[in-house]
Amino acid sequence: MTMAEQILKAVLINKYFYEPSRFKALSDITFGIERGKFVSVVGKSGCAKSTLLYILSTMDSDFEGELFLDNELLNNKTDRELSRIRNEKIGFIFQFHYLIEEFNVINNIMLPALKLGKLSRPEIESQAMHYLNLLGIAGQALKHTNQLSGGEKQRVAIARALINNPLIIMADEPTGNLDKKNSEMVFGLFKELSVEMRQTILVVTHDKDFARQTDQTIEMQDGRIIST
Amino acid sequence: MQNKLLLNIAFTLLFARLRQSVVAAIGVTFGIATFIALVSFMTGLNKLLDGLILNRTPHIRLFNEIRPSSNQPVNLSPKYRNYQNFIRSIKPKNEGAEIYNSQKIIRAIKNDARVLGVAPKVTAPVFFRTGTIELTGFINGADVLAEQKLFLLSNYVIEGKLEDLETVNNSIFLGKGLADKMMVEIGDAIQVSTAQGALATLKVIGIMQFGIAEIDDVQSYTSIQTAQKLQGKPAGYITDIQVKLKDVSLAPGLAKQYSELFGTRAIDIQAANAQFETGSNIRNIISYSVGITLLFVAGFGIYNILNMLIYEKMDTIAILKAIGFSGTDVKRAFIFLSLIIGLAGGLLGLLLGYLASLSISYIPFETSALPTVKTYPVNFNPIYYVIGIFFALATTYIAGWFPARKASKADPVAIIRGK
Repeated sequence: MTMAEQILKAVLINKYFYEPSRFKALSDITFGIERGKFVSVVGKSGCAKSTLLYILSTMDSDFEGELFLDNELLNNKTDRELSRIRNEKIGFIFQFHYLIEEFNVINNIMLPALKLGKLSRPEIESQAMHYLNLLGIAGQALKHTNQLSGGEKQRVAIARALINNPLIIMADEPTGNLDKKNSEMVFGLFKELSVEMRQTILVVTHDKDFARQTDQTIEMQDGRIIST
Repeated sequence: MQNKLLLNIAFTLLFARLRQSVVAAIGVTFGIATFIALVSFMTGLNKLLDGLILNRTPHIRLFNEIRPSSNQPVNLSPKYRNYQNFIRSIKPKNEGAEIYNSQKIIRAIKNDARVLGVAPKVTAPVFFRTGTIELTGFINGADVLAEQKLFLLSNYVIEGKLEDLETVNNSIFLGKGLADKMMVEIGDAIQVSTAQGALATLKVIGIMQFGIAEIDDVQSYTSIQTAQKLQGKPAGYITDIQVKLKDVSLAPGLAKQYSELFGTRAIDIQAANAQFETGSNIRNIISYSVGITLLFVAGFGIYNILNMLIYEKMDTIAILKAIGFSGTDVKRAFIFLSLIIGLAGGLLGLLLGYLASLSISYIPFETSALPTVKTYPVNFNPIYYVIGIFFALATTYIAGWFPARKASKADPVAIIRGK
């Protein structure tokens, strides 16, 4: 394997929880993700893999160690700068989709792009429609999120993660809440994005079958990486 | 662009939970509406009460008091000038109540830019004769037009037309108490005699009521000419010069100035009605404290509702942060949301407050003090509406600011994990 550029790099990351008592959740996490790779993080429930993902996605800034995204050190950035990075470079997909229920489907997808403000509204709208088409849910564009099935919601969440052409997509148990058929559909979408669009993807999952089909699997246990 | 997006988010959040938003806005509406209605009504009543006295009282009154000359002859003598002179049994000089050079004084005061208007008057104590009885009273010879302009005299007329005083010769308006005692009606003639013994017959052409028995029992109005004739004085005989100022607070200073300038006594309204001033101030303080209390209670209600509203949107806040909105963006969006509620609720409150004030102003209110007042007085001063909308925006801003700040600081992970 050629030595590709690492777009996400974690160096000796430690994380503590203070409630109910001081507890070390992550110890000396060091690894990197190369551009275009489809990487999975696996481990048993409670091994702090979601905690790691929140740190990598800049949503949790309370940790020790160094985090680089696109060769840029993310420690000591302000809330505003981190928001900008999340907006522009990271697409995040939650286990429970987390769509904003007050907005309809297309507005949910457009929101990160409107925030970024690089394109005009009509351009963003056509982008959003493009992704909806790609994910096969174009017909639902004007529906409200609570009118969608679980699998459809997760597809909307994926479209929202893609809208700003992020450097990396991070997903926290994206299939954890779905039945087998929908899980396979979502995995298929990730695979497609990875293969056809060379999209870098980092997925946290406890589904071994899922992990086995990714380019690289990082295994965690009790807050440590035991194999990469 | 960003503000437009945040405003758009605020609107979407509001419309998604329309009923809740409407309840929050109605909280603002009621607070502002009650404030407007109550303050308008209270200040309306206050103005009415103040007007009972103030409308009728000149800001400065120039007159001559019957008093001994302050410069006694012995003081003029060079021989005794440097002595301490004790003089007993001094009697006042018979100078009378006339203001000398009154026409010039009136002209000078009229030219003063601080003065709103001047009304000269001739007052004289008289006896009203009816049968064998003599009633003591006063006759006011007034410049009817000036009196009407400055003191709204027609507000107290219950029968007759004030202007007729100028056109009908030897005519008189009687106080209600006086007319009742003498049992006269419009068209009757009465006899009036002065202290000097002159006798005249005057025709009653109107009845007035000031609502204060002491006044209604003794006062009467006639034209200046009639009053001068009655006393056998020439035209130009004036006993009082009443001045109304543009700014009543200047009265004490100006009274002193006029007194020195024209060599007459001059009394200002504050000195003449000291106890009234105190009462008026206290009533104002009461209105303002009630108004402020109302606004605070309303403000707290607004704060409560917005607080709940924002805590319910914590999920949305977490998601917005996860997809790249900063704490500041979130805070601003929720402050916009609050301000929209404040503006909508506040404007509706102004309208409702206006309608409430309007309906109060149609409630019948009969008072013997003011024969022309038939309904409750309401003060439709626009300043209360400005205060109302300003307060609606200020409270919703503050009420939104605290929870919005909390939301902006919230860690999206903590919110998501809290599930």
